[in-house]
Amino acid sequence: MTDISLDTLPTATAPARRDIGLKKRYAAERRFRIYGVLAISVGLAFLAVMLFSIISKGHTAFWQTSITLPVTFDEKVIDPSNKRATDPKVLITANYPKLAENALIARLGIDPEDKAQVRKLKGFLSDSVRVQLRSIVQADPSVIGQTRDIILLAAANMDSAYKGQIDLSVPEARRKVSDQQVEWMNKLKAEGAMAERFNTGLFKFGASSRPETSGVGVALIGSFFMMLIVLMLALPIGVAASIYLEEFAKKNRFTDLIEVNINNLAAVPSIVFGLLGLAVFINFLGLPRSASFVGGLVLTLMTLPTIIIATRAALAAVPPSIRSAALGLGASKMQMVFQHILPLAAPGILTGTIIGLARALGETAPLLLIGMVAFVADYPKSPFDPATALPVQIYMWANEAERAFVERMSGAIIILLIFLMAMNIVAIVLRRRFERRW
Amino acid sequence: MKKALLTASAAAFAIAASVGYASARDQVQVAGSSTVLPYAKIVAEQFGETFTNFKTPVVESGGSGAGIKEFCKGVGENTIDIANSSRPMKKDEVQSCVDAGVKDIQEVKIGYDGIVFATDVKGPDWALTPEDVYKALAAKIAVDGKLVDNPNTKWNQVNPNLPDWDIAAYIPGEKHGTREVFEEKLLIAGCKKLGGVEAGKASGLDDKAAEAACKAVRKDGKAVDIDGDYSETLARIDSNKTGVGVFGLAFYENNADKLKVATVGGITPSVETIASGEYPVSRPLFFYVKKAHLGVVPGLKEYVEFFLDDQMVGPEGPLADYGLVAAPDAERAAQRDAFGAGKTM
Repeated sequence: MTDISLDTLPTATAPARRDIGLKKRYAAERRFRIYGVLAISVGLAFLAVMLFSIISKGHTAFWQTSITLPVTFDEKVIDPSNKRATDPKVLITANYPKLAENALIARLGIDPEDKAQVRKLKGFLSDSVRVQLRSIVQADPSVIGQTRDIILLAAANMDSAYKGQIDLSVPEARRKVSDQQVEWMNKLKAEGAMAERFNTGLFKFGASSRPETSGVGVALIGSFFMMLIVLMLALPIGVAASIYLEEFAKKNRFTDLIEVNINNLAAVPSIVFGLLGLAVFINFLGLPRSASFVGGLVLTLMTLPTIIIATRAALAAVPPSIRSAALGLGASKMQMVFQHILPLAAPGILTGTIIGLARALGETAPLLLIGMVAFVADYPKSPFDPATALPVQIYMWANEAERAFVERMSGAIIILLIFLMAMNIVAIVLRRRFERRW
Repeated sequence: MKKALLTASAAAFAIAASVGYASARDQVQVAGSSTVLPYAKIVAEQFGETFTNFKTPVVESGGSGAGIKEFCKGVGENTIDIANSSRPMKKDEVQSCVDAGVKDIQEVKIGYDGIVFATDVKGPDWALTPEDVYKALAAKIAVDGKLVDNPNTKWNQVNPNLPDWDIAAYIPGEKHGTREVFEEKLLIAGCKKLGGVEAGKASGLDDKAAEAACKAVRKDGKAVDIDGDYSETLARIDSNKTGVGVFGLAFYENNADKLKVATVGGITPSVETIASGEYPVSRPLFFYVKKAHLGVVPGLKEYVEFFLDDQMVGPEGPLADYGLVAAPDAERAAQRDAFGAGKTM
């Protein structure tokens, strides 16, 4: 095309400028821009408030108060009648909390005979010391008789007090931490025995009735199993369905009906899929309750429409010239689809899949009915064992009475948000890098 | 690439399907009341720690009614073993259980739960009676032997000793087990004392309808149904410092630095006053065991026995620490004996 320059244009007398209402129209545009900016800032403000409240409440959950104590594995406490060689049960049922209590008494310099003082130690250390010390002794029975420095968890109320979450100005009787305990806490803090450490337990532990030993471990594994099942089932089924509908199926009333139904299913409330899962997978097929396998199947049903819609859009966006060229060079229809169309549509398909997965990761409602909103303490070994999911753990902690669960709930929300953000970033990166514009 | 992915996922699916679900269930499954949930969790956790040869039981929440419904689905591996309940099982529920083949059910009472009124910790002291609650929160109250729409808008109109606060009460929603106790022990009790039943009958209602009129809660926004948990009620009190909330005793005790508890009929709610029966608003808590699963599901019998042991439900046990009101010694012993003897409903 040749350039058009001014002197090649035919000259004519310019018409009178029509600036009727021009000012008004500019003003309208300016107003519209302001509305847009306002809408975005309102949205951002809400986001900021939400993130601020979650992070300000939740960042403390990543730190946990613990006490380093020289614990003496006293044979007189663990195995007073020296029967452990013949009766292995002795080591299981021994009075391990007593060991920790003795260590604390020695550390704080309390008179062991002063029963009133000793009683106030109750609720200072976590009840989990029993399991912690027991597993040390079971792993290595030769430790009996020795003294070792061990990091023990503080009880949840002490942890909250240490972090300043308990109002110490109210009368002593109205709070869960006594003045004496606060005094001991400050003493141990000044001497460096009591300190906050990074809370690996939050990622490691399963559900627990004690805030200090509860974590998202089981929920993470459950969510992982479910995402795996959703990916393994929804992606192939969804892609195959879309390819058939988009490339092979005839356009008639029947396929129109299917399309309408798929679009409808994408908008069905997720609890409906839970009801379906309960009726079909548990009651009819007899699959186990509370299992992440059933959860994965339900979430697959929920994610399928999203994936199908995204895949069809991605397939439709590949220009017909590619199809014609492939067919023109003698490719079969199947070769055309799998060797030309699908690779070009892949970024779109993956983006849709990741967004569908992210939605499935955040679902609680359908899991309620199949028994996954539950207290599960043991790690699931397979997708058929009882498990929970990340959002379920958040929901369960939100209903707890103890103060210390508030920070854990917000901490779990932060973990969930990080996962969702990571998935969405991967989706954006994939799109940016591989998407082709025509 | 796609082909490889398809084959891989099909293979993985087949492996996953063959690995797990051939073995029988080796874990106790519990569902039901959210009031019993914290106690069941404590026992389940300690059970798992003490009995290293059994897995930790799985405890679902979801409400008494939902739990019993699951429980009554039938007998077998994919039905639950225990239903927690904050109220006794109803006759029609037992019937639906029997119809589904769950013929032998063992009832276990674990203790009592108190229901308390509480206000923001900085507010004045509150002394309520069932009559006050009825006069403040019922839809229609008896005035001079007639039922009229509740005219009270402030607490001091109900009772001059109460503060000059607008009535704003956060009460458990209809789906809660707590609601029934609230209606029975407060609204109906207060109604009867103030002659609301007679007034109802005088205006042409029969016995049942008169009682129903007693427990109808006003719908003008002064009594707010809370369908969530107590933490939601606490959040409402946080934002409305002159609101009054209904809580479980255990929840109040865990948040005593934020809440001030009201006396009912002059009695301060506490573990002692509830155990002795002085404090009027309390209820028993239960769980129901499927007898056909005993000896089949590993750990079920041991779990129930561990639950009923004094080191759990006793007055010194961890459940009492959390806020459960332990049943008297004789009653606990009777529960243990009844379970041991295999007594069914």
